[in-house]
Amino acid sequence: MALGPGATLGLAALARGATLEAAEQALPPLLPDVKKGPFGTDEAQTPYRDVTTYNNYYEFGTDKADAAANAGSFRTRPWTVKLEGEIKNPQTVAIDELLKWFPLEERIYRMRCVEAWSMVIPWVGFPLAELVRRVEPLAKAKYVAFTGTLDMVQMPGQRRDVLDWPYVEGLRLDEALNPLALLAVGLYGRVLPNQNGAPLRLVVPWKYGFKGIKGITKIRFVEKEPSTSWSRMTPSEYGFYANVNPEVDHPRWSQARERRIGEFLKRKTLPFNGYADQVAHLYAGMDPRKLY
Amino acid sequence: MTAAARRYAWAAVFGACALPLAKLAWDAARGGLGANPIEAILNRFGFWTLVFLLLSLLPTPVRILTGWGGAIRYRRTIGLFAFAYACLHFATYVGVDQFFDWKAIAEDVLKRKFIAVGFAAFLLLIPLALTSSDAAVRRLGFVRWKRRHRLVYVAAVLGIVHFVWRVKADLRDPLLFAGALGILLAIRLVPALRLRARAGTPAPASGSPPPR
Repeated sequence: MALGPGATLGLAALARGATLEAAEQALPPLLPDVKKGPFGTDEAQTPYRDVTTYNNYYEFGTDKADAAANAGSFRTRPWTVKLEGEIKNPQTVAIDELLKWFPLEERIYRMRCVEAWSMVIPWVGFPLAELVRRVEPLAKAKYVAFTGTLDMVQMPGQRRDVLDWPYVEGLRLDEALNPLALLAVGLYGRVLPNQNGAPLRLVVPWKYGFKGIKGITKIRFVEKEPSTSWSRMTPSEYGFYANVNPEVDHPRWSQARERRIGEFLKRKTLPFNGYADQVAHLYAGMDPRKLY
Repeated sequence: MTAAARRYAWAAVFGACALPLAKLAWDAARGGLGANPIEAILNRFGFWTLVFLLLSLLPTPVRILTGWGGAIRYRRTIGLFAFAYACLHFATYVGVDQFFDWKAIAEDVLKRKFIAVGFAAFLLLIPLALTSSDAAVRRLGFVRWKRRHRLVYVAAVLGIVHFVWRVKADLRDPLLFAGALGILLAIRLVPALRLRARAGTPAPASGSPPPR
């Protein structure tokens, strides 16, 4: 059934009222000097409230309301990001320093979850490609591995081994260099809320949402395809590429259609989530059925 | 219990069984179902189907363990509520989530094992609901009626398998349901085991008759 089989029915989450109130917090500050970026869409944007209260961020719990309920006090400063592996300039950079490296831009992207729901989100961030170029990958760097946060104290979801913590995601180097790939630090012009992956998260809109790792602490350039969290957990259901593909069903639900949050009728899912023009060439000659 | 007390008790049970529905209506009215209300409604109906299925299996173990059989009187009400929530769950899936897209529904049932078992569980509940009246018990005869209603064990198992196969990673809640069902079914074996221990002979395969 194509509607969010990810939500376990957290017994506590039945008191849903409480979690929604938690979202009525003060809005985060506006980010200064954000220019309009490319690849926009004029589709209706998913309301801020929905974008920030319906999140799969298992580090804070497996119910989609858990992140908004439990991430409020998560500390995003001080925060450093390790840039390491097969690059010319390995270093550990403070997030505020990293934010000065690149101008920020707004990218309005569709977001398609593997659970067959979708949103349209105005992200703020900078192209991943600019970071990749800045650290100068060596010839051996073929993949980029991202590591999330390991913090059992602040992240109650990590007290249970639902996934193998910390979260790990990865891209092929040419995917990371694709202009669509974004490192996001905000949404709706404001600093990224904790439940959406503050202070730094990946956005790769042609792939299922679980590729968009949140709370990034490490970016490592490697020679071999990294083993990523969901594909390690259930290799038959989640692959490394995880490109949005209406033709390849998830074993337990169809990917042909999706429910756009806020809409009643399901809509057809587009190949590469509608970004085929930008990314299809990356996979030329590969078996599309291997790209789930 | 006097007739009046019995009526009040029954009304209390009925009211308690209807509470999740009232809560859902309340949450829906104040926009408290979150960003994906269809999913929330579907999940809640499924959740309460399983809860009431398990609750309908509770009176017998209670009687076996404590000798108190007073709750058996409410088993039909609880079971019919389980069926009502199952109907709402199924109707939400067909009429709201899939919006009568029969092709998609057929594909779901045929291709996705978690939907197939959920559908099977729902089908199994239909004959049980249809034969829940006193008249049906009389018509079938108590022994046949009881044997037929053992189908509820199968429906409960399938319903929980439906839940287990549905979740992506966090099996805690479905396994809690599975554990509870396991306990409720295991206690039913106690009288047979006691009998065997006392007699020193194997218990009859059909289990012991219910003490009245």
